[in-house]
Amino acid sequence: MDQPRRVTGKPRDLTSTMVLLIFTLGLYAFVWVWMAFNEVKRQRGERGAGGLLGVILMFPFVSAFLLPSYIGRMHRESGRTSPVSGWWGCLWFVPYVGFFIWAFVMQRALNAYWMGTDGPVTAADTYRSGWERVTDFELPPAWHRLPAKRRRAIKAVLLVGLGLLLIQFFGVWKDSALLLAALVLVLVLVPYQNWTIAGHRVGRWVVPGVVLAFAAAYPYYVSHMPEMPIFGPFPQVSTMVAMMIFSIMALGLNFVVGYAGLLDLGYVAFYAMGAYMAGWFASNQFSNQNLNIGAVGLYKGDTGLHFSIFLVLIMAGLATGIVGVLIGLPTLRLRGDYLAIVTLGFGEILPQIARNGDNLFGFNLTNGTGGITPIDGPGFGTWLHGHLHLPANYLTAGNLDSVFFWTALLLVLVTVFVSSRLRDSRLGRAWIAIREDEVAAAAMGVPLMRTKTWAYATGAFFGGVAGAYYASYKGGAFPDDFFFQISVFILCMVILGGMGNIWGVIFGACFLSYLDREGLSNVGSWLNGHFGPGGSDLQIWHKPLDVPLYEFGIFGAILVITMLFRPEGLIPSSRRAAEFHEGVREEYLYDVEHGAPISDTTESM
Amino acid sequence: MTAEPLLLTQKLRKEFGGLVAVDDVDFTVPEGAIVSLIGPNGAGKTTFFNMLTGVYKPTQGRVVFGGEDLTGKPPHAYTQRGIGRTFQNIRLFQNMTALENVLVGMHVRLRGNAIQAILRTPAVRHEEKDARERGRALLEFCGLRRKDDEIGRNLSYGDQRRLEVARALATEPKLLLLDEPTAGMNPQETAEFTTFVGRLRTERVLSVLLIEHDMRVVMGVSDRVTVLDYGEKIAEGEPKEIQKNERVIEAYLGKAAVTQ
Repeated sequence: MDQPRRVTGKPRDLTSTMVLLIFTLGLYAFVWVWMAFNEVKRQRGERGAGGLLGVILMFPFVSAFLLPSYIGRMHRESGRTSPVSGWWGCLWFVPYVGFFIWAFVMQRALNAYWMGTDGPVTAADTYRSGWERVTDFELPPAWHRLPAKRRRAIKAVLLVGLGLLLIQFFGVWKDSALLLAALVLVLVLVPYQNWTIAGHRVGRWVVPGVVLAFAAAYPYYVSHMPEMPIFGPFPQVSTMVAMMIFSIMALGLNFVVGYAGLLDLGYVAFYAMGAYMAGWFASNQFSNQNLNIGAVGLYKGDTGLHFSIFLVLIMAGLATGIVGVLIGLPTLRLRGDYLAIVTLGFGEILPQIARNGDNLFGFNLTNGTGGITPIDGPGFGTWLHGHLHLPANYLTAGNLDSVFFWTALLLVLVTVFVSSRLRDSRLGRAWIAIREDEVAAAAMGVPLMRTKTWAYATGAFFGGVAGAYYASYKGGAFPDDFFFQISVFILCMVILGGMGNIWGVIFGACFLSYLDREGLSNVGSWLNGHFGPGGSDLQIWHKPLDVPLYEFGIFGAILVITMLFRPEGLIPSSRRAAEFHEGVREEYLYDVEHGAPISDTTESM
Repeated sequence: MTAEPLLLTQKLRKEFGGLVAVDDVDFTVPEGAIVSLIGPNGAGKTTFFNMLTGVYKPTQGRVVFGGEDLTGKPPHAYTQRGIGRTFQNIRLFQNMTALENVLVGMHVRLRGNAIQAILRTPAVRHEEKDARERGRALLEFCGLRRKDDEIGRNLSYGDQRRLEVARALATEPKLLLLDEPTAGMNPQETAEFTTFVGRLRTERVLSVLLIEHDMRVVMGVSDRVTVLDYGEKIAEGEPKEIQKNERVIEAYLGKAAVTQ
């Protein structure tokens, strides 16, 4: 398309930008890079992570080259000579002042572009993917005569060489040679996304495959990773387990909130249900029963129901799904806020039952506030251990966290698989139709109650699986884990990441649960180390600041900022993004100043 | 009328609080007919429509379709039995593609359930492929060729109206309810639409019930016309008779027009 596009960025005052950058000790750089990348991406008509990707790529120094390369290309495409090229990224390697000079030059180049365009700018008519975007420098014509594949190969070799040089000169890179190699691998593989074999687009598995390989190998390289600025070391494997479990839960809630558009504030009920299923079927809770189906790690004299955790996961999912249907049947007749309030109620009722369930008409169901503990760990038993080398009992395995992590990763994969299959099915279309216009969907023959109940039950299923797995990992189910905050926490993940988008939701879940586990306390100790008592840079406060204490305040702020600046989430589904920006039917905006409704076609942002 | 009518209402009534929007209307649509429902603004036509599709539950009276009493059933039951509709103010799924809109319309005619969808069984794969093909054919039939992948909201106004009809046809209706389909169309589009409605009857074997203000359309295609005023049925008959009916003229133009 060479349709003219409107200019999507705005010039910024150089002085104030520099002042902000210097006086925030470079922290403003994250915001600045975010904005610059978003504007540039939009100008080039590309969708996707934009600013987020830009910020992430700052850590391996890729953004340093990427941004000038983009700016240069924008200038050339509008027929002007470019003031910058990708090489300007090298400035980042100049100690102390390099970054600031870089930012100054970038802002000036951007200003020149945004201000110099009186007429409409013609957007890119070609779109090259992969790392060609990274290394688009001016090169002699002979280079361009080479076949594309060979050019890519040469570039890859050059980049590896550059990386090795960097490692040689700057010791900081020594540990992360692996990371750099991995990066090159990703950048080289990405262009193969359209690779086909006998009509099948094999290429579409390239990116997920690479991502998965990195994720699965995480326990092996985490200890070699360098520390991140501010956030400190990479998350431990045990934190990764929690991140995976919350990903499953967030993906489950995404069925309800993201696909069907129903606001559910009581999701924690399903999490609790799953955890107690594990408590009932994999512990000594019902001591007058005695049944062992494939459980591992039992002691002599253990009584009660002991099912293999893998079996319990499925049972917990199904039982929770049924509870979801039972809760859904009366509540899903309600719409919008009313539904939210009733689900909120159920989210309180179930944990209360757990808390007071030690004497249900004389029967001890949940062991009350003490919770049910210990709960068995998963395991494959000695026979499978002997033949396939699968861990016999996770709890006694030497790499306990790693095996829990891999199993959780597998569960996430299953959830992603089910999410994407259902999204693209008859049922998924019906969910989206209900979200877009309930009346029209009903008139087109979508049974509202049944379809919504399916969304609710599917979401509940994964909530239950995650709950049971978590209970098994923690070795217990305790009523104090199932507060209302957890519902909000999971909802935050879905909203922050991007409702309706699988990758967005996973990102939101991982990021927030990481902050919850490690991130905030790491940031806190960084802040205290620099600005706290005896701070290395500047002593601003005199008592150590307990950052994790303000966790929910910080999450609230993150949510408010997301809603203000990117209501569709960080990695939105394109459909959802459109809904947020164009407005959905029946949701007209009220013009406060003139006291009249304005139509939903008016630009809302 | 010898055979049993396709659609029949008996003493259908809807009250909103004290307001009687539809007042004991007896009404029939014979098999294969094109029937128009006209009346001044606020006469209760759309309320009547909404009762015929289960969106509103009638205060009193019955809706019988194909010999089966559907009163009080949810909207999807009406669609299931073969009543398809469009909306006066277009209600497409704005952020879905044209083809997806049509596929939602096919919902009641498809079988695949959640488990089959997750496993993507051959049955479901075949059904989906078939549905897509039929959807494309339907879009072409409605004049939306090569617009399959356009997002609903990006279609032109006329195309959105066409897509609404295509989506309604995807439910495989025996009776198609069109609520002011030519509203906002220019004369040429209106004329095209009139022939399109004619084609529907011959090529798709269905009956049509039309709410319409444009009298050229009404008089051009209808077999029968029913007139509502203040919720009451004031006249019914062939287009020619209706044009001369005094009560109709009075309702539209006031008493003075009749006495002159």
